Amino acid sequence: MTQASLGESVVQKAIKNEKQVQAQNNGVAANITQTQPLWLLAEITYRCPLHCAFCYNPTDYDKHTHNELSTEQWIQALRDARKLGAIQLGISGGEPLLRDDIEEIVVEAHKLGYYSNLITSGVGLTEKRIQAFKEGGLDHIQLSMHDITEEINNFITNTKTFELKKKVAAMIKSHGYPMVLNVVIHRYNIGHMREILEMADALGADYIELANTQYYGWSLVNRNQLMPLKEQVDEAEKITNEFREKFGSKMKIFFVVPDYFSNRPKKCMNGWGEVFMIVTANGDVLPCHSARVLPGLEFPNVRENGLEWAWKESPAFNKYRGDDWMKEPCRTCPEKENDLGGCRCQAFLLSGDAESADPVCSLSPNHYLIEKAIEDSKNPVLASQPIIFRTDKNSKKYASGESTERIEEFHALP
Amino acid sequence: MENNIQHSDIYALAHHHRFQWEEAQQSYVILFPEGMVKLHGGAGEVIKRVNGKASVADIVADLKAAFPEAEGIEADIIGMFEMAVGKAWLRKIN
Repeated sequence: MTQASLGESVVQKAIKNEKQVQAQNNGVAANITQTQPLWLLAEITYRCPLHCAFCYNPTDYDKHTHNELSTEQWIQALRDARKLGAIQLGISGGEPLLRDDIEEIVVEAHKLGYYSNLITSGVGLTEKRIQAFKEGGLDHIQLSMHDITEEINNFITNTKTFELKKKVAAMIKSHGYPMVLNVVIHRYNIGHMREILEMADALGADYIELANTQYYGWSLVNRNQLMPLKEQVDEAEKITNEFREKFGSKMKIFFVVPDYFSNRPKKCMNGWGEVFMIVTANGDVLPCHSARVLPGLEFPNVRENGLEWAWKESPAFNKYRGDDWMKEPCRTCPEKENDLGGCRCQAFLLSGDAESADPVCSLSPNHYLIEKAIEDSKNPVLASQPIIFRTDKNSKKYASGESTERIEEFHALP
Repeated sequence: MENNIQHSDIYALAHHHRFQWEEAQQSYVILFPEGMVKLHGGAGEVIKRVNGKASVADIVADLKAAFPEAEGIEADIIGMFEMAVGKAWLRKIN
């Protein structure tokens, strides 16, 4: 899974559409201050057969692999979120297919009227299961791909999954599903952009998301190993644009810009508690993927209070809504509505102050932290340190405090 | 937009797109991989009538009958088709 998974582009794209549409005065309403959780992401398990170096899941995820919600609890959460206005459902993880109740959950999601998306590595997808998903009304499947080469696919995921992914892609297509690919971009595959897009075309992709790594969870630990050069990102974007021209609407290509290389921060999650709600494996309800890194916040859990309370009333969901919490330079910044000061988690992880401007912003007093990170990633000594893969063993070490390897400089466990 | 809409054209919702009423939003939406759009009033009324059988002319006539007080809606309806085809929410089937 990537931090900037489809969820973000979904709403950004929807709002972009609405803006365009409204500009044309064609009768489509824009509602940017939407306060309904249109998008529900169910991080249904943190267990995963892959060990991706760039995974955004918390490094201490192992704590949450033994207290997962039951099928009934998930179904209740789907019902409650639907009542609050949720429409798009992402079933994600970890690897959701490690649970054997995805079929039941899909059926319920369909009955409730969700547009449902299974976000998977493909490991565990069989003919029998995909048929059940199709019959149950699952709307689409988003498959992660890693590279055109077996070496890099297997290296970055720390598994031998290359051939399997190709097989799964064919299976998805043969069941009449749109082919939605997600490729996380980093130092090891950014030089293969052209080949990756050609592969997507050969697989019959309808949508491909090229998600430049954002640095949370395991990818923050491995930042020096994963970060490409600015020049490589520019080249990748150029190639993407060439392919966009070539394919037109046949294959939609989303290029998620890496925020470290842009001067303006991202409008993270399209605003805290604005359109996204995440329910994690253990039932925590979060406004964004990595919110648990933030200090002094107690996140609601579906086992205790309902989702309605979580969304509307909980102190955590209200904490960074709007802009009352902002400090200078954000408070008086003319850009503040465009980016809402960026990402709270990134601000805290890197600077130790959750209310400060995202260090990505060129106007942030902490922007030097980003410049330093970019310099560090070019330092051959740092960059050649081995990748710390997302494994249960490594997670246990971080969760227990036994290891603080490469996290000392951060203000929370990534 | 260059999509030349003819009165005899017949459209259906594009593959993998779903159109539905959303109670919580009090509006129609189109859902598809990677996104959704919220349609209000008029736009929803147009898309609701797109069913792979009715021609653009049929839909115009139907909307005129349904909303006799709305003047000059034909241009708006054609405009909505142009936009929806341009955004690939609809596919032409004849």
